[in-house]
Amino acid sequence: MNLILFIFIVLLGFTSYYFGRKKAYTIQSTKKRLTALPQFYGYYLAIWCAIPAFIIFSLWAIFEPTIVKLLILSDYSNQGYLDDELNLIYEKTKALSRGQFTGEITPFIDASAEKYLSLRSIAQSSKVVIVLSAIIASVAYAYKRISSNSRTREPVEKFLNAVLFTASLAAILTTVGIVFSLIFQTIDFFKVIPLFDFVFGTHWYPAKAFVRDSSEALDPTMYSDTFGAVPIFAGTFFIAFIAMCVAIPIGLMSGIYLAEYASAKVRQYAKPLIEILAGIPTVVYGFFAALTVGPFLKELGTSMGLEVSAESALAAGGVMGIMIIPFISSLSDDVITSVPQSLRDGSYAMGATKSETIKRVIFPAALPGIVGSILLGVSRAIGETMIVVMASGLAANLTLNPLESTSTITAQIVVILIGDQAFGDPKTQAAFALGMSLFLVTLCLNIVALRVVKKYREKYE
Amino acid sequence: MNKNKEQLLNKRYKAEQRFRLYGQSAIFMALLFLTIFIFKIFSTGYSAFQKTWLIVPVTFDPELMMLEQNPSKEDIQDADYYDIALKSMADLDLNANEDQENELKRMVSYFFEKEIKNELLNDPNLIGKTKEVYLTASDDLDQVFKGNYPRDLPEDQRRVSDYQLKIFDQLVVNGKVESKFNISFFTNADSREAELAGIASSFMGSIFSILVCLMIAFPVAVLAAIYLEEFAPKNRFTDFIEVNINNLAAVPSIVFGLLGLGVLLAIFQLPRSTPLVGGITLSLMTLPTIIIAARASLKAVPPSIREAALAMGASRMQTTMHHTVPLSMPGTLSGTIIGLAQALGETAPLILIGMVAFVNTIPGSPMDPAASLPVQIYIWAESAERGFVEKVSACIMVLLGFLITMNLFAQIIRHKFEKKWS
Repeated sequence: MNLILFIFIVLLGFTSYYFGRKKAYTIQSTKKRLTALPQFYGYYLAIWCAIPAFIIFSLWAIFEPTIVKLLILSDYSNQGYLDDELNLIYEKTKALSRGQFTGEITPFIDASAEKYLSLRSIAQSSKVVIVLSAIIASVAYAYKRISSNSRTREPVEKFLNAVLFTASLAAILTTVGIVFSLIFQTIDFFKVIPLFDFVFGTHWYPAKAFVRDSSEALDPTMYSDTFGAVPIFAGTFFIAFIAMCVAIPIGLMSGIYLAEYASAKVRQYAKPLIEILAGIPTVVYGFFAALTVGPFLKELGTSMGLEVSAESALAAGGVMGIMIIPFISSLSDDVITSVPQSLRDGSYAMGATKSETIKRVIFPAALPGIVGSILLGVSRAIGETMIVVMASGLAANLTLNPLESTSTITAQIVVILIGDQAFGDPKTQAAFALGMSLFLVTLCLNIVALRVVKKYREKYE
Repeated sequence: MNKNKEQLLNKRYKAEQRFRLYGQSAIFMALLFLTIFIFKIFSTGYSAFQKTWLIVPVTFDPELMMLEQNPSKEDIQDADYYDIALKSMADLDLNANEDQENELKRMVSYFFEKEIKNELLNDPNLIGKTKEVYLTASDDLDQVFKGNYPRDLPEDQRRVSDYQLKIFDQLVVNGKVESKFNISFFTNADSREAELAGIASSFMGSIFSILVCLMIAFPVAVLAAIYLEEFAPKNRFTDFIEVNINNLAAVPSIVFGLLGLGVLLAIFQLPRSTPLVGGITLSLMTLPTIIIAARASLKAVPPSIREAALAMGASRMQTTMHHTVPLSMPGTLSGTIIGLAQALGETAPLILIGMVAFVNTIPGSPMDPAASLPVQIYIWAESAERGFVEKVSACIMVLLGFLITMNLFAQIIRHKFEKKWS
């Protein structure tokens, strides 16, 4: 229904464009000078068609459900229902009217469902009538207004500018959306679990917090010693550390080699090949770590008399390191290539060898950029999810032994939220609190890293 | 003194060579990882494209099927196939006792009854006759036939019994086991039985999510890039937007999953587990990637083009829309494709919005519950059955195939259509 209406409105838009242009041609034929190209007259009318439609559609989307709900529930007022019960009745009514209701059908709900359907159909038809009449009225008004000396290009361009501006707000809206979705659950979580316990507690057993009956009062003692995030944070940084131990030497050295030593031909092939590593989905790395690297390390450890867990931090961290190599290598490659040639020439002129030039002149000059790229790599390692979920343990151990299994923030979020979630449950809220801390940590890392890289770029431009 | 200098020089040259070697070995290591990786995936995955069939004579006995004389199409549809299916398997070994008959039944897939039924539906004249029917082998025997299953394990650690192996070997000797291209891997939806599981549902889920993602992210990102690059005044607000975009590009993907869960599912009440929600979540993730690519390619259009258009009397909007944007399109498009390829490989956010649900139907629209290819990899990788290991690798091969094609496509667009300004 809405789709048909939408298509119809789009067609109306095209028609008004046509009429606008036609009017412009008629004006032109009377030997009057137009103030804009004929198609601007068309666009002008089409915009007059789109704006009222858009406004009415959004108003409808916001207010229709609320009004229908009020009307339905007005039947149940004065009967002493609680808000929650009223909501439940409304949900049942909706389900029944869609034919998806499975519970017992009472006459009341049946009546409500019928009322709901009739209200919805009234709303639909009035929407159609209002939208169409508003469009026709506004287009007719605009059509009468345009004449030879009316301005059409300026309003059209202003409108386009507004559209462009709105689109650029999308990035801000997304950030707002992220903060918004995280913050309320996080606040609710810290109402039950003190912040101190979360940040400094050393026991993490979210499975202990069962889904309770919501009518039961919250019992904070039940959750004490359940949501201490120290093992999670420690595990996250530990695995990220292992990953960086793999990624920094290999990534940095390949970056340096590609930038300073490699011939054009080697560079042409090696660079994209290494970058393939960055394009492989992380779930694939996770499968590789869990199926190949984990058992391999376990076998290797057993042959050397070491006890290695099949889900060791080493396997997850090592594979994660491989994933991060291309980020570091291509960023440091860029950074090193942008060091001015004069620095190199100066060093060579003093008799330094190539490696000395790199170590003593280029590396210090490029250091801020390299640090920036490493920070971006760390931020990626901390936020990486699938490798850890599949290859590392899910139980939070507080350990610094790379051969044992540990867990990370991201893995715990997935463990908690996979399957059905009950909002309002401390366990679910804990996942959002973890998400919040992840967001904040990576945000700081990113901002610092981006600033360092930017400062560095400006220095040599 | 002179000798000392020479020694020093030699030392320095050696250091130089060492350093060079470090660089070469770093590249070598990175490429070695890539090779091991690809080799491992292909060597475990290629066998999933073959499927093992047992050829079993089936007697379509009307009495066992509860069919009367001259049955209509509906009768055949409703007939009872379980008994003849069971009998045809039991007849493989005439001396089998009841336990052994059960084992015989487990040598074929769980839905072997259906395969026999389809055979009869295709040719109703078979009633009362005997025909050799291709039945899907159980996933364990499939693995045995492909040589992926260790036969020398003690019997109680195997999922295939000695008795099943004996009968199976007889069938192999008689040429009653055949391996054919596994079409059902591409046409079936997910299944709990490894031998029947296919990627059709997750494939469609991926396609729908990517389409939704493209439809939202592309227009918004291009418009935003045009504004920021061509019209935005240089002020604090624009800087703020820029910081936001750069930061969003580096936010962990799982945070977008939380956004989808907390806003799209909890507040807007969109249907769970659907490609619609998945696509919207992915579009928020790809938005910054496309904006950055589009801005870079707008920036690459030389100012002389704009100046020429402006000098001819075009307005700024006309200059942008008629000249700058079309010229920047190849770069924008290739950036978009790369962004979509990233989104196609994304798993974590989709898990959070419930796209891990077990779906055994093929979704027909973005509003139907579905998985996606990477999520399917995750689901199969988590199941213990041996038969799923090769399926995971095969699914990875399909996914990587798509990613490589998309990236190649992006490269081609960039090289073929992008103008080189010099």
